[in-house]
Amino acid sequence: MSLLWLRFALACYFIGLIYAFFALRRTSDLFSRIALHAASLGMVFHFVSLVELFLSDHVVWASVHNGESLLAFFSMTFFMIIYAIYKTTSPGVVVFPIVFFLTFVAAVDEQPVLLTSFVQHKGWLVAHIILIFTGYAALMLSFGASLLYLVQERRLKTKKPSSLISFLPALEVIDQIGYRSLLLGFPFMTLGLITGSVVAMSAYGHVDFTDPKIFLSILMWVVYMIMVFTRWNSGWRGRRAAVLATCAFVAAIVAWAANYFSTIHRFAS
Amino acid sequence: MRYQLIGVNHKSAPLEVREKLAISESRLPDCCRDLTAYPGIEEGMIISTCNRVEMITHTNNGSADLRGFLHDHFQLKPEDLDAHLYEFREKDAVRHVFRVAASLDSMVVGEAQILGQVKEAYATARAVGAVRGQLDQLFTRAFAVAKRVRTETAVGSSSVSIASVAVELAKKIFGTLQGKNVFIVGAGKMSELAARHLMAHGCASIFVANRTYERAIGLAQRFNGQAIKFEDLYNSCDKADIVITSTGSPHAIFRREHGEQFLARRKNKPMFFIDIAVPRDVSPEMAKLDGIFAYDIDDLQQAVSSHVADRRKEAELAEAIISSEVENFKARFEARLHTLDVVPTIVSLQDHLETIRQAEIDRVRGRMGALTPEQEMAVEALTRGIINKVMHTPITTLKTAARESEATTVIDVVRRLFNLHDKEKGSSSQANRECEGKNEAQTRR
Repeated sequence: MSLLWLRFALACYFIGLIYAFFALRRTSDLFSRIALHAASLGMVFHFVSLVELFLSDHVVWASVHNGESLLAFFSMTFFMIIYAIYKTTSPGVVVFPIVFFLTFVAAVDEQPVLLTSFVQHKGWLVAHIILIFTGYAALMLSFGASLLYLVQERRLKTKKPSSLISFLPALEVIDQIGYRSLLLGFPFMTLGLITGSVVAMSAYGHVDFTDPKIFLSILMWVVYMIMVFTRWNSGWRGRRAAVLATCAFVAAIVAWAANYFSTIHRFAS
Repeated sequence: MRYQLIGVNHKSAPLEVREKLAISESRLPDCCRDLTAYPGIEEGMIISTCNRVEMITHTNNGSADLRGFLHDHFQLKPEDLDAHLYEFREKDAVRHVFRVAASLDSMVVGEAQILGQVKEAYATARAVGAVRGQLDQLFTRAFAVAKRVRTETAVGSSSVSIASVAVELAKKIFGTLQGKNVFIVGAGKMSELAARHLMAHGCASIFVANRTYERAIGLAQRFNGQAIKFEDLYNSCDKADIVITSTGSPHAIFRREHGEQFLARRKNKPMFFIDIAVPRDVSPEMAKLDGIFAYDIDDLQQAVSSHVADRRKEAELAEAIISSEVENFKARFEARLHTLDVVPTIVSLQDHLETIRQAEIDRVRGRMGALTPEQEMAVEALTRGIINKVMHTPITTLKTAARESEATTVIDVVRRLFNLHDKEKGSSSQANRECEGKNEAQTRR
């Protein structure tokens, strides 16, 4: 049943995806409103799907695919928060495709892979998952904002008349969205890693730093920290910030992909 | 109508060419003198703004070598310049002048600044004696036409201008302008206008730097801002988010190294440069820096082009007004040309009758003794009234005849009737104007 709701959500996100493809080239108030409503509806279905999953008897919610679904949901939540503050749907250009992709992967099939049952501290595990995914979502948004910053900066630099009527928000607003997401995501990511270590410690008695998952996660965290530091210290924006954000984002994806070959983060025994 | 005009504008020539031809305010009087001293030119006037440089002349024989003047004066090769020049003569020149003054030829159609700039150019040329009768008439009419276009069409009504485009762009960079600082470099009218717009949209404070510190103080006071010494420009410029620069400097005053300094001190927060100076104040190298957004006058034109369509309709109406005004001007000119033949006779007639009047008054005075001021005035009014009434018909007949072929006959008759001599023949246009003034006064009475 949970999967069915998720597929409804996927259909709604699809409208957002179409919007993302056209939004950069054409401005349409009507279209952005439709996309926004579709996305909101999608979130409702998505939420129902997650709640059902959580209430189910099996501990299926910690599967890779459900993790993807959760990440997609958090990303949408961030998107909506930004919309509430800045009244702009433009981050959707980046967020919608990623959310669609994540939801799509999660919705195609029921994945029976279960988390190893030896985790004793279930509370820590829940905290770890929620914190780390919130961090991921914030990082993703910051990455999206830095890309939009580049686009807007390019428009203003090439001095096209269309730059005046472009749908993108002002450069400083994009910058603020990126910076605030970055700042917000950092503590979540840090706490997520700490809780993850606690879970690992309790499961294995030690943390194996040579494990690709752990190594890449720490690497990602370091890049993240450098990003926050350079931004705070010298106000890096534009191209340099985008390069850093891309590095952090790639590190995050690689760390995520490490699930598939790490021994520690294996979901199935 | 031996008007002849040559020039470049924002449509015909890129900024690089206009920069070479730009004439600063201080050099303008000399340049006007040089122009009128050039062979074949009777009167000359120069309009030099950031969007156009034009030489408007009245020539001896209808064709002066204005291109030659430009090549000599600016030491430019014909191949660099000629492709960008436009040249108008006679009626077309009149039309062009009317269009420029009415702001139909402007980058932002309908903007009000150009009329002021043309008036200034006119005043400068007049002050050095480069504008006399013919150009005087042309421009006096051009100002009236501009006023008519402004009142009868909505071509200048919408708020689109360089200044408002600057505000729009600033909003695209900063979002809100609340709390942003503005720096004016070079106190000019256009930068003042842009600053006024920015302040109206919430900018917090303003700094003004000018080579003449007193002018900076004056402008800063008008905005409740702060005047900065020009030497401190580079040390304090990073305080500003928006810099409006319009100095008359022949070289860029903001170069790459300055931009790098500013950004480092500002922690890479973006800066918006509105460069309305020609030649440009911000070097293209600096404009390439990340975080520096520099718009020169041509870029602003591009940005406003999307708004131009809104004004096109009104501009068509304005063009119709211009066309009818050009025809009017031509007709009047021709009428005036003919009237010129009868002017000496009218002046002689007026002088002749005035002499008689004075002589009669003196004679009566001798007989009646001293008069009270009231009596003096009454006698004066009575005699003038009689003379004006007597003169009215001959003058009207002369003027009507002037437009027809019988002019010489009528002139001859009047001269013989009143026994007028030929001493005033060939009187100047000054006499002509006085005469017209007198006639108007007479008609009113």
